[in-house]
Amino acid sequence: MHKRVTFDNRWLPYLLVAPQIAVTVVFFLWPAGQALQQSVYRVTNVFTGAARFVWFDNFEHLFNDSLYWDSVQVTFVFSAAVTVLSMAAALFLAVMADRVVKGASLYKTLLVWPYAVAPAVAGVLWLFLFQPAVGIISYELAQMGQPFNFRVDGTQAMLLVILAAAWKQVSYNFLFFLAGLQAIPKSLIEAAAIDGAGPAKRFWTIVFPLLSPTTFFLLVVNIVYAFFDTFSIIHAVTAGGPAGATNMLVYKVYNDGFIGLDLGGSAAQSVVLMAIVVTLTVVQFRFIERRVHY
Amino acid sequence: MAEVTIREARKRYPGATDDTIKGIDCDVADGEFLVILGPSGCGKSTLLRMVAGLERISEGEVLIGGRVVNELEPKDRDIAMVFQNYALYPHMSVFDNMAYGLKIRGLPRTEIRERVEAAAALLELSPYLARRPRQLSGGQRQRVAMGRAIVREPSVFLFDEPLSNLDAKLRTQMRVEIKRLQQRLGITSLYVTHDQVEAMTLGDRLMVMNAGVADQIGTPLEVYHRPATLFVAGFIGSPAMNFVAGRVASGGGAVELAGGHRLPAAIGGSAAGRPVTAGIRPETLVLADNEPGAVEAIVDLVEALGADTLVHCRVAAAGPDATLVARLPGSVHARQGETLRLAVPDTQVHLFDPETTRAIV
Repeated sequence: MHKRVTFDNRWLPYLLVAPQIAVTVVFFLWPAGQALQQSVYRVTNVFTGAARFVWFDNFEHLFNDSLYWDSVQVTFVFSAAVTVLSMAAALFLAVMADRVVKGASLYKTLLVWPYAVAPAVAGVLWLFLFQPAVGIISYELAQMGQPFNFRVDGTQAMLLVILAAAWKQVSYNFLFFLAGLQAIPKSLIEAAAIDGAGPAKRFWTIVFPLLSPTTFFLLVVNIVYAFFDTFSIIHAVTAGGPAGATNMLVYKVYNDGFIGLDLGGSAAQSVVLMAIVVTLTVVQFRFIERRVHY
Repeated sequence: MAEVTIREARKRYPGATDDTIKGIDCDVADGEFLVILGPSGCGKSTLLRMVAGLERISEGEVLIGGRVVNELEPKDRDIAMVFQNYALYPHMSVFDNMAYGLKIRGLPRTEIRERVEAAAALLELSPYLARRPRQLSGGQRQRVAMGRAIVREPSVFLFDEPLSNLDAKLRTQMRVEIKRLQQRLGITSLYVTHDQVEAMTLGDRLMVMNAGVADQIGTPLEVYHRPATLFVAGFIGSPAMNFVAGRVASGGGAVELAGGHRLPAAIGGSAAGRPVTAGIRPETLVLADNEPGAVEAIVDLVEALGADTLVHCRVAAAGPDATLVARLPGSVHARQGETLRLAVPDTQVHLFDPETTRAIV
């Protein structure tokens, strides 16, 4: 039996949702509209802000810009690495934590801590560890004959931001994986054990398939995180450098728009990113309901 | 095919101060159906899981087919288990659920197909092989769980309350199917349940467990007719056995109840004066208007079940607060407040030592 709350007052429901609507309009729809508008204009006078309608010139420039494609490539490598690394580490830790009998809640608490650290702080934390001149890990690496200087070496810079971004996300993934693992009835594992499956076989044929809804959900969440929420880590650690080696799409939007003052080009990039988010969201809602459920 | 032997098996969970299983001895013959019966928390599932290898055996030994299996993994014990919640793999079809164990053992594809199809035919599951467990009814899921056990052709079947998630009608039906199947396959089975009807109908023998101890092991009728302890006497039979306190009368042949009534009982005079608890099954009480040994009972409550009538009575002659439940024929129309005269044959009075709770033979 479904019970429906009905409001007699016509305006009360609208009043109740008004704050949320206002926040959405001011902080989401309005800027999004601005970005859409700016993406088809070019600023002609930086002092007055006068702009000219240029159709899709900004996009044309963008797609012909090899630096943009470099950034796309960097972003994909970064996102894939962060997603795989953070999910794999989280799954491993969750499986281990699920087995722990003594002090289980202590482990869980400790594993959740990184999530409480702000991304910029997480970035700075890793920056200190790997700082070429004073960082303890870069010092140790240098002692071992492997100099580490992410300010010079693009690959090392990439590794560092991947590590920092993945580390930050492990906690979140861990919580979901652990909840997913605990939702699998123990008797299924026992039945598989009696059926003759060893621990590894049980994991790959029973546990992992049953986790697939969680895994798929996290996959989308992590890609979105790596694409958009890692801005502050990049900003704090490498600022997109060296030589654009860690210049993610989302960082490039900021860099081109607010440092380079190419508002039109920056807006065009925002629109592309918007399209990516919309696609990911649609994929998530479409598929999470259907395919992955067993 | 194998016999199962449990020797002085004990289980103590880490950190616990007391044993959950307090030393159980039992021999299950090859092909025998042993039902382990007891209330929840008595340790019956733990005992089964110790045989399965899902719980460590703290002390004692479990032998399957003459081989000590204490240190063997579940998969090496040659057993199959049916779980209370069936534990079907939700992401696999019925076929794959049944084939899983065979695939792991690396049987050839054709043989797997043959075995699964044979088991499916036996259990009338053939039309459902491609379905997922969630597309099946409760009874069908239960049968898939059985099928998964059968295809393995194990030497021992373990059942952990397999029917308790089914509705009453289906439970009766599946009970018959399980019995038939076990007789046909002749595989040694251990079956845990808290349902005494299941236990009485399925088991070749019953083990009645109480707080980690096997109070009695015997055939269903032995357990019913000659309960070894007060617990067994009260647990088996519905409605439960009536208990009244008394002392053996001087000269024997009767028990003097607290209310002054002399209850005829088969006991010698040498035990005169000894305190006893007398147990009387409700179904052995009969209406006896003129019999001298009969006792007056005031009807408190009547439950008419059609075939039978359950009459709850207060019996002042048996003790100050003594009550008896009598299971009388459906033709008896007792009214509340009415006085009946009830009697019981002396051979049907069970006597127990109130201290040890054991039966006095």
